[in-house]
Amino acid sequence: MKAVSPKPMPKRFHQASWDEPVIFELNQPGARGVLVPEVESGIKQEVGDVAAKLPESLRRKSAPALPEMSQIHVLRHYARLSQENLGVDLNIDIGQGTCTMKYSPKVNDQLARSPKMADLHPLQDESTVQGILEVMWRLEQFLKEISGMERFSLQPGAGSSAIYANVSMVRAYHESRGEGAQRDEVVTTIFSHPSNAACAKVAGYKVITIYPDADGYPDLAALKAAVSERTAALFITNPEDTGIFNSKIQEFVQAVHTVGGLAVYDQANANGILGITRARDAGFDMCHFNLHKTFSTPHACGGPGAGASGVSPALVPFLPKPTIEFDSKRYRLDFDRPQSVGKIRPWYGVAQNILKAYSWIMSLGAEGLREVAEIAVLNNNYLLNKVLEIQGVSMPYAKGKRRIEQVRYSWEQLTKDTGIHSEEMETRMVDFGMHYWTSHHPYVVPEPMTLEPTESYSQADLDEYIAALKQVAGEAYTEPDTIRTAPHNSTVHQTNHEPFDKPDEWAVTWRAYKRKTQKQ
Amino acid sequence: MIQHKKPIVYPYIPNSVPAAKEAMLKAVNAQSVDDFYADIPDAIRFKGKLNLPEPFLSEAGLVRHIEGLLAKNTSARESLSFLGAGCYQHHVPAVCDEINSRGEFLTAYAGDPYEDHGRFQALFEYESMMGELLNMDVVNVPNYDGFQAAGTALLMAGRITGRSEALICGTIGADKLSKIRDYIKPHLDIVLLDYAPESGLMSLADLKAKISDKTAALFFENPSYLGFLETQAAEISQIAHENGALCIVYVDPISLGVINPPVEYGGDIACGDIQPLGMHMQYGGGHGGFIATKDDPKFVMEFPSRLFGVSSTCVEGEYGFGDVAYERTSFAVREEGKEWVGTASALWGITAGVYLALMGPQGMTEIGEGIMQRVEYAIRKLNQVPGLKIRFEGIHFKEFIVDFNGTGQTVSSIHQKLLNKDIFGGKDLSKEFPALGQCALYAVTEIHSQVDIDRLVAILKEVLK
Repeated sequence: MKAVSPKPMPKRFHQASWDEPVIFELNQPGARGVLVPEVESGIKQEVGDVAAKLPESLRRKSAPALPEMSQIHVLRHYARLSQENLGVDLNIDIGQGTCTMKYSPKVNDQLARSPKMADLHPLQDESTVQGILEVMWRLEQFLKEISGMERFSLQPGAGSSAIYANVSMVRAYHESRGEGAQRDEVVTTIFSHPSNAACAKVAGYKVITIYPDADGYPDLAALKAAVSERTAALFITNPEDTGIFNSKIQEFVQAVHTVGGLAVYDQANANGILGITRARDAGFDMCHFNLHKTFSTPHACGGPGAGASGVSPALVPFLPKPTIEFDSKRYRLDFDRPQSVGKIRPWYGVAQNILKAYSWIMSLGAEGLREVAEIAVLNNNYLLNKVLEIQGVSMPYAKGKRRIEQVRYSWEQLTKDTGIHSEEMETRMVDFGMHYWTSHHPYVVPEPMTLEPTESYSQADLDEYIAALKQVAGEAYTEPDTIRTAPHNSTVHQTNHEPFDKPDEWAVTWRAYKRKTQKQ
Repeated sequence: MIQHKKPIVYPYIPNSVPAAKEAMLKAVNAQSVDDFYADIPDAIRFKGKLNLPEPFLSEAGLVRHIEGLLAKNTSARESLSFLGAGCYQHHVPAVCDEINSRGEFLTAYAGDPYEDHGRFQALFEYESMMGELLNMDVVNVPNYDGFQAAGTALLMAGRITGRSEALICGTIGADKLSKIRDYIKPHLDIVLLDYAPESGLMSLADLKAKISDKTAALFFENPSYLGFLETQAAEISQIAHENGALCIVYVDPISLGVINPPVEYGGDIACGDIQPLGMHMQYGGGHGGFIATKDDPKFVMEFPSRLFGVSSTCVEGEYGFGDVAYERTSFAVREEGKEWVGTASALWGITAGVYLALMGPQGMTEIGEGIMQRVEYAIRKLNQVPGLKIRFEGIHFKEFIVDFNGTGQTVSSIHQKLLNKDIFGGKDLSKEFPALGQCALYAVTEIHSQVDIDRLVAILKEVLK
């Protein structure tokens, strides 16, 4: 028998493409997907048709026009849709920079599916939930150690929710000191996540955004010029989304403290600095972590994630309530917190993800967390060297410097040379089972691409990704039409995007689609 | 780099293999990983080792540890629970868990529609099925939870009307009100509306007295937090509209097979929480928020959330998906966007879609009718227990208030006795609604059988003797 040739690099790929109809088209009148428990005759005899007693205005006139399907058809439809999706489990998912797409250990998902986690009601008597309260309390202790902060709230639903919780605490803190009205500005940087700016605005603040200096570092002189007695807080990411660590971070904190403002550290990008540097040690008053990024709980197509807000001693009274307390015998919820900002979300946090993050840390320990950080950074710097060998790409700012855990690259030269844009390159990468993300808007780095390889990938994985990226960049120079007409190996082909911005044509539901297309 | 006597190879970290690490360092021409941290000043370098417990390096050891902790919990499934108050024990069909456990969905994130066609289609279908349930053309990709949906719906109304006040019915739960207060404070003033002490229904006299040309929105829940249905809904929304205000109704989506959706009685924005639609309670981790409006750009452009839309592709017979009106989001324009968008509860949206497809029109009708029958049965039986009565006459969906004031005992002491018999009594309202005295909010769903309800009644009779 002839030996099979080695795999080509990049590997040949085709995404699953089931040509799946929209679910309403799978309707089979009368079919049932699951049956509802029958009401016992004893109940029926006693009460009769209760719904019939509803007043006319509250009684639904006709059943909702949901599809009618057998169970296997529902299962098959969604199983097929799932195959038309690429998660970390399938993909070399290093292209979603800032998102920290690391491996989410299966054992943690399995543990969280236990009925002793999944089927707990948040109002159960504390005696029946000592296990989950202990997990939450212990995770808080871990995060305190990792950040140096005094206390944490695990209540926020995800990263932006934690940013909002922090800005709400900033507001409560200044109000408690009689400076609420005076301090009406929040300062952030353009390479900090947009939610830092957006949450501050929701909380009533005017937002001032600092742009980088020529070297790509946040501009300290610009910050000093921006802060004043009106400054409520600085919200800043570090390392920033460029992967550059702001070495003057203590001076930033100092500048804000000098005018009486608070310094808030967005630690969404903490994966490369676990056990290396801590928020409180740099002088910060508050910080937040994304448990679904740094601490491995799965990203779930965009949530549920989990957020954690950490504060220094002066901010503890303002934490969302309840907090979780331990008196060396029993864990309990403390609602008696008169200065608390109150509720950020229902109950106490995304408990199943808190369990997963706790379990992940318990599988690694202090040395393991440091290994996570160091390998994430090593992988990034390896990738960086390889990316920069590709024609048309550059790494703006901080010339000659290494990066922490991610890099925002630029295809500006390639675009000048070929007319191909980064967004088109991104689409073509899908044909190799890969993906990358450009950046948040505005594109301060022209033709951006943000890669973050995390600790979950091997040298061979990174080389495979690079091979695809190199192939696509090469095509920009030699056969740009292949890119312009991409995707070729995806589930679907080039989509007509125009209707998405036209009120007469956009359709957010099937009923709107039917109405708008039948009208034509 | 930390030196181990015998280096640990971490199963989650491929390059923790010492030879691999060495090869990588060599490839980047670095002596050690420290080279990469050159920008971090020494003053803020953490020296030494984090004070964390020794890890369980083996999976078997980890499982034993975590299961040991979880063993200290008693789940609602091991007991008989009547807890609700915003988080509900409904049956979760196996296919819901099967689909949301699939790695393709569970471990994906923010890919574009060509990479993640499945996520876009599944969430478009979720929006569409919710649209059928609510009879509305626009539904968002889920935000965090119902509280967030309520807060955002109110801010949307503020932006749409340009007005400065929100009227909120006073039967709202304290936690939801706390979230709303914190969230809308810089933009809208809150005015609480009185309710009738005998029925809980909104006081229309108070509404008429307080509504004005400053009112952006009138917000009420149907069913209310306290379980009864607001039967004056049509009249209330008419009063709102006569005063140029929007009517926002917070609904339990599982009620909508039998209860009219808000748009049918004048609701302009419907919002709520999808946890009942196929999510386990997860100690409060199963929530996702929805907001629905009519398909009017004036409303659509005020959503902060992603809105996934359907389109055609260059191939006949093929659907493509994408973001509708993306320029309104904070992803596109930072603080100039509408509030913010970020990681929220997308997987629960997909799951709720699976749930609605499994249930279909008949399932949603039957579950609503059945819950109402069980609730009515429980009310009648509990009303017969000496010392007990059910507060608030009227029609209830799945919750109702049990009034223990006539028993001479506190809710907390009675519930402790129930707990000793493996029954979780409903939420104690004595702190949240002090005017009600010793009352508790009980929830009954399709998981409760006649035997379960009879058992509750029998044990209450016993403990109240």
